[in-house]
Order: sequence, then structure tokens, then C-alpha cells
Amino acid sequence: MNRYNLKYFQYNNNSLLISWPERIDQDINNDVNEFKIRLERGFKYLLEVRSSYCSLLLIFNKKIENLNKLIEKLKNLYLSRKSSNKYDRILWNIPVCYENKFALDIDIISNQNKISKENIIIMHSKPIYSVYLIGFLPGFMYLGGLDVSLHIPRRKEPRLRVPKGSVAIGGEQTGIYPQQSPGGWNILGNTPINLFDKSKDVPCFAKPGDRVKFFQVSVDEYKLIEKQVELDLYELNKEVLND
Amino acid sequence: MIKVIDPGFYTSIQDEGRFGFQNYGVPISGSMDDNSAEIANKILGNLTSEALLELTMTGCCLKFEKNTIIAVTGSDMNAKLNGSSIEMYNKIDVEEGDLLSFGRLEYGFRTYIAFQGGIKSEKVMKSRCMYKGITECFKIQKNDKIILNNSIKKSRSINQKNTQKLILSDNIECYKGPEFHKLSKENKENLLKKQFSISNNHNRMGYILNEKIKNNIKPIITSHVIPGTVQLTPGGKIIILMRDCQTTGGYPRILQLTNNAINILSQKMTNSKIKFSIKEIS
Repeated sequence: MNRYNLKYFQYNNNSLLISWPERIDQDINNDVNEFKIRLERGFKYLLEVRSSYCSLLLIFNKKIENLNKLIEKLKNLYLSRKSSNKYDRILWNIPVCYENKFALDIDIISNQNKISKENIIIMHSKPIYSVYLIGFLPGFMYLGGLDVSLHIPRRKEPRLRVPKGSVAIGGEQTGIYPQQSPGGWNILGNTPINLFDKSKDVPCFAKPGDRVKFFQVSVDEYKLIEKQVELDLYELNKEVLND
Repeated sequence: MIKVIDPGFYTSIQDEGRFGFQNYGVPISGSMDDNSAEIANKILGNLTSEALLELTMTGCCLKFEKNTIIAVTGSDMNAKLNGSSIEMYNKIDVEEGDLLSFGRLEYGFRTYIAFQGGIKSEKVMKSRCMYKGITECFKIQKNDKIILNNSIKKSRSINQKNTQKLILSDNIECYKGPEFHKLSKENKENLLKKQFSISNNHNRMGYILNEKIKNNIKPIITSHVIPGTVQLTPGGKIIILMRDCQTTGGYPRILQLTNNAINILSQKMTNSKIKFSIKEIS
């Protein structure tokens, strides 16, 4: 079990930033999200905890009066973790259609990275990705764990309208556009499921720290799932991981 | 009920913000100048959480189809009731058939109209703040009908002082941002000595400044930002994030505006001059 040297920085009157070593790293992100879960179980005056790759932002419902005392308490809590403390992570299996009508940039990825379309699909749907962060747009998950063969820079000119549900690659990460929006990532498929439902108390099914895996569907299967989603009949396949 | 005859340049419904959903990428939103908004509600004896209208640069024209009481605060846009000037920062009785309109912008940039009982509009994720993709509309449109809550309680209004002095201030007080220490000495000095002006690229998401400073800091791994965070782009542009900002960003965060400074900046328009000053968190 790793212990990191955390830095504490008061962001404004009522928020505190906790920083881990600055890199995109699964162990670090796991540690960030584990600390978040423990803070959410109860910490005095804590209104909200937001997690990112290697940092947490703690927002309190009152002014921070004694910074040193607060940091001391947080340090103790961080170090008090027992090694037996394991957290269930949910693995979400997300259907993706990689057919040409959705895979707007698959030829670019294929040419630039010298990899066949078939292999792009295999390499993209094989890994278990980590939800490092939800941001940029409501419900946009930044997924880490993309195979090196698929790393590709963002497009020079962003698209003005990336279709809703587009599955795309930006640098060393992959993600799904939850709504139509401008965007510069290379698109290789589309999912018929909803990533963000504003009518729900918890608008996203996944949370930072969860895992995601993609599975390939045909255009016909895509249309069927799309209809089921519309009628609220589609149930996303999920597994509980305990690692 | 109130009928929107003319929505003006950019009028939206706002309240104190949409909290608790930032981990899902949802912006906080809320009144840009929350001080003026709070005062408008208090004048009427409303809860400060009641939704009101935020006007930007130009006024709107509203027709009242019911008697009510209103209060107008923030930027002075020459508010008129049936053509006659009305006093800001005051309770104004409005009768069925009355027409509220505005004239020339005198100072500031954003005006608030609070209504007794508050606006009863669509509530999404515990807030009525309009935001693209979250609420049905992101701004008020012509012929919209604004519904008010029935105010049953006899409210006690509190006399409130005018925010004009604050609105006219050019002093943007900031705390040091998480990456401030990475700035070169020269950069820190420039940032705090120079006068800056607002570019024509400013809205509820952020204000971009005209003047650039040298950037000696590399981008950071995407981390948290909040309203008032000042970002420095690789090209040296300064972006001040406002109430509708995204929840995360990858540019170095060099300063963090106090809430008061966010309110002051909200009342600035293209080419307005500002200066940054550092405040220790007390």
C-alpha cells in the first residue's frame, strides 16, 4: 500500500486543495478516490469533496478558522487507513458501435498510428479503464488506461459539433461526449447509452474511481439499445470488483 | 405572472447556485454579482435563496399581469415603471398592467430584479439557475411567462445599502493561486503592478483580459477550478473564471479572486480597467 507525500493548500476562505505527486497514475488516482470516500463518510463541516487525477478539493460549509489544526486532522485521517480497507469498485460495460457511420476519425487513427481498423477496435475494447475524472462537460468521463498503440494528439482544428455519445481519443486518454458539443478528440465510435441524466439525483451512473470496459455492437444492436434507452428499458451491465 | 415583452441582451434566471454536482462536471452558476442579488431579495424580505432575474448590459421590458412588489439592484440601467423613473435599492409596488422598462446603462454591467416571493421556474438539480444543457433554456426569451411563488408570509424587509461604490471599484483582490509560487519574480511583479483591461471576450463563464504576461509555467495535470480562479494560458493570456465555469482545467492557476472581487468583476465590461492585489487568507 502506497503512502504519498500530500501537499495542502488553502484555495479560498472555505476550500482546501490536497495534491498528490503530479502525474497520471492509477495507483495515485486510486489513493485519491479512497481518501475521498473516507472523507465523505463524515468529516466536520465538509460540504463537498471533488476529485481529479492527483488532487482533491475540499469545500467546507464555513470559513476555515484554524488551517494548521485542519491539516493535522486530515493528515491523521490519511495515515490511519488500514490495509484491510478495501473498496468495491464498479465495472461498467458500455456498448460501442465502431462502424464507419460513427467512427468519423478511425481512418486518421489507422493511418497515423499504422494500425488496422480491426486492431483499433480490439485494442480499444480490451482494457479496463479507470474513471479518473468527470469534468469538461456534465458527465464527461476522462478514462485512463488506453493502449499506447492508440495514443494520438487532439485534432488541430476542433469539430464544432461532436455528436452526442461519440467515443473518442485525446492524447493518452479516451472518453465519451455526453452531449453534442465542440471538441477536438478523434472519434472512433458511438454509444447509444446516456451518460448524464439531469432528472436523477445522481445524474451519472459512474463516479470517479469506477472502471469502464467497452464492448463492440453492430449497427442493428446499436439501434435496438438506442430504442431500449429511449423507453428506459436498457440496463447497463455492471460488475463489482474488489481489488 | 409576468410577460416578457423584450428580453434584452442576455437576461437569465439565477439563484445562489447549483451545489453538490460539481463532481459530475456540472458548473455552480448563480448570480454573477451575488452581493447585489442578495440585497435585492433582502429588500423584499425574501429568502436570499429565491430566484431572480439577472440583466446584462441592456435592460428588459416586462409586463405585469398581477400585483407584486419588486426591487432593482446592481448596475444602473435607468429603470422605469410606465415610463417614469423608479428608485433602485427600494421596494417598488407594481400593479397589474404595469410596464417595467430600462434606459441607458449608467454604470456597472449587471442588474438584478427580485420579485416578492421569488421566481417559480423549472428546478433542475436543486437549482433554478439557467445553464445550457441543464435547464430547458439558458436565457429568457421574448414572450416567456415568468411565474412567481405565492408569497403567503408577511415578510419584513431590511434596509439595504447601495452597492454602487463596490460596482465602481477597480481593485480585484485575490489570494495566491496554487501555482502562483511557480511564477518568475518579474511575472509576479507585472501581474500586481500593471493595469489590465477586459477584452471583448467575457461572459458568465469567464473574462479574458487584453494584456498578456510572459508564461514561464508548464500546463498542469487537469485539476480543480472554481469561480474566481485566474488561469494563465501557454500564450500568456489571462483568463478569470466566473460563475458558469467548468469544474476542472489544465492551465496554471495563478490567482484566486475573493468573492467580493468576483462581484466587482461581474460589473465590468469590455475595456474596463482593473488591478490585481494580493490578500492573505484571514
